[in-house]
Amino acid sequence: MTLRVYVPGDAGAVAVGADDVAAALRAAAQARSVAIEIVRTGSRGLYWLEPMIEVATGAGRIAYGPVTPVDAASLLDAALGDGAHPRRHGVADEIPWLKRQTRLTFARCGVVDPRSLDDYRAHGGGQGIAKAVSLGAPATIEEIVASGLRGRGGAGFPTGIKWRTVAQADAPQKYIVCNADEGDSGTFADRMIMEGDPFCLIEGMAIAAFAVGATKGYVYIRSEYPHAIAAMRAACAAARRGGLLGRNIAGSAYGFDIEVRAGAGAYVCGEETSLLESLEGRRGIVRAKPPLPAHQGLFGKPTVINNVLSFASVPIILAEGAAFYQDFGIGKSRGTMPIQLGGNVRHGGLFETAFGITLGELVDDVGGGTCTGRPVRAVQVGGPLGAYFPRALFDTPFDYEAFAARDGLIGHGGIVVFDDSVDMARQARFAFGFCAIESCGKCTPCRIGSTRGVETVDRIIRGEDRAANLAVLEDLCHTMKFGSLCALGGFTPYPVMSALTHFPEDFGATPKRLAAAE
Amino acid sequence: MHSDYELWDVARATALIAAHRDREGPLLPILHAFQETFGYIDEAAVPLIAQALQLSRAEVHGVVTFYHDFRRAPAGRHVLKLCRAEACQAAGGDALVARAAARLGCAMGATSADGSVTLEPVYCLGLCATAPSAMLDGRVVGRLDDQRLDALLGEAQR
Repeated sequence: MTLRVYVPGDAGAVAVGADDVAAALRAAAQARSVAIEIVRTGSRGLYWLEPMIEVATGAGRIAYGPVTPVDAASLLDAALGDGAHPRRHGVADEIPWLKRQTRLTFARCGVVDPRSLDDYRAHGGGQGIAKAVSLGAPATIEEIVASGLRGRGGAGFPTGIKWRTVAQADAPQKYIVCNADEGDSGTFADRMIMEGDPFCLIEGMAIAAFAVGATKGYVYIRSEYPHAIAAMRAACAAARRGGLLGRNIAGSAYGFDIEVRAGAGAYVCGEETSLLESLEGRRGIVRAKPPLPAHQGLFGKPTVINNVLSFASVPIILAEGAAFYQDFGIGKSRGTMPIQLGGNVRHGGLFETAFGITLGELVDDVGGGTCTGRPVRAVQVGGPLGAYFPRALFDTPFDYEAFAARDGLIGHGGIVVFDDSVDMARQARFAFGFCAIESCGKCTPCRIGSTRGVETVDRIIRGEDRAANLAVLEDLCHTMKFGSLCALGGFTPYPVMSALTHFPEDFGATPKRLAAAE
Repeated sequence: MHSDYELWDVARATALIAAHRDREGPLLPILHAFQETFGYIDEAAVPLIAQALQLSRAEVHGVVTFYHDFRRAPAGRHVLKLCRAEACQAAGGDALVARAAARLGCAMGATSADGSVTLEPVYCLGLCATAPSAMLDGRVVGRLDDQRLDALLGEAQR
């Protein structure tokens, strides 16, 4: 009998030694003359337990973690004898942190072999595109509209409306572009899907192509993700061989193919028009809108450009129906959101759940507080352009509108946890500095404002004419927020102003003065 | 690694351009191919690409200089990227950056005097739940601490 062991090949697991664990398991098995099959999966997203391996048994997949190469021998003995082991967590699906999630988009991630289209299909993959083909293009779009799916990249624009606009555009050539330029610190959901369930993304893009009448697709992946680039290229090749891409997708008369392109280290290329410029071979300079990419996108052609998670949510919506998906969530935020917990957090990882869970539940309960054991002082939600929230706002439900109402944003769903050693004035300075490094330079508020912002925060930190410089800071943020062309300059004021509003003591300002200013 | 790269060669460069020029939006794939082959984008590459793609030299230069990834000179034998973004800051990344710079005797963006390591900032590797993170020549490393950093530096400087 061959012992089957699942070891993540996900970059997050590899970064903490998964490859060494796989090699040690193989060696230990050989030493015991035990036949072993090691399947390299994606990650389940329980990163604090990575490398987390799973051993196939009659009772299910038994998880062990975090495993080191030194554990390999004792772990193998425990697995063979079905005995106890200090790293053993029982059946993976029953681990409370995983069990309390609602995994729709990430149902297969960490479970299947990301290189096997057969495994994908054995776990329900391919049903979405089959359903779309049977429904026809217009009904497919209406399913997405009815599901309430909104852009998971951060802007939250209704995906179905975008698709409908492209479908209605009359053009001989249309494109599907996947924005996989996941540059926000604290986010890694796109990376996980591409490394752990790439066919799901491919299927979502194929459904979009079928729905709007596009024949060519691009996945633009940031260069900081070499594992994801390799995984997507391999998956596209396998999808071509297996009929998920190519001349007759899913047995239809419809043809669609995808090409993977690598970015080159520019954060601003996560902005959709900048990304299109980059794909076309130019500097990633933001375009003014209108025209919308849906009308004039890649090479001037109507283009659906969506985030990885938006596309990856499409197959299950088609397979299970709009009503099924729409049933999850609250208000105008329907379905589930893959939330990512990172930074100084005890239980960091990917937690997919219906919209509506509070920030406090996520940070304290799911995340288990800080890794250092010190009190949580602030969390930044939504990446480098997201607001810092203090504990006083931990009752905020995870929902697009609820965060907006408190001058924040959920963005791409990343939460970075900071303990009480954080200096919020320095975080505000970093936000401006990052904007200055990454600004494309097209609009003045962002290009100049970011640098003036760094200088102004420096003066405040040095204690120079605080009141006047705080006034300059607020005025500058106002200008950037309303005068910038895109979210880079426009949203940099979120981390800055939230730091100032909620943590004025770090700026040497009195809370009273700020309250009066509001 | 630097030693794996080929020396700049016009014939080789021309072949790389030919391999990509018929793709849609060929400039970034060509620049990536150059950097993967030669380790950097030689100044002589700019007019070569410009002519092949019917672009001005200024346009090609503009693209090369816009993106952080593209080098205009060879790096050290190894490239160590340390993440400077928020999640790694929260987990103590800044202290590791200072330690690496002190040990190598060079600032971020510079190469150690012995030419062994180029130290570069990176803004997120997507390893935020196992922060702080680094990448040594394409190999990702998480849960970085002083000991692991020293081991990485030792390996790179060997």
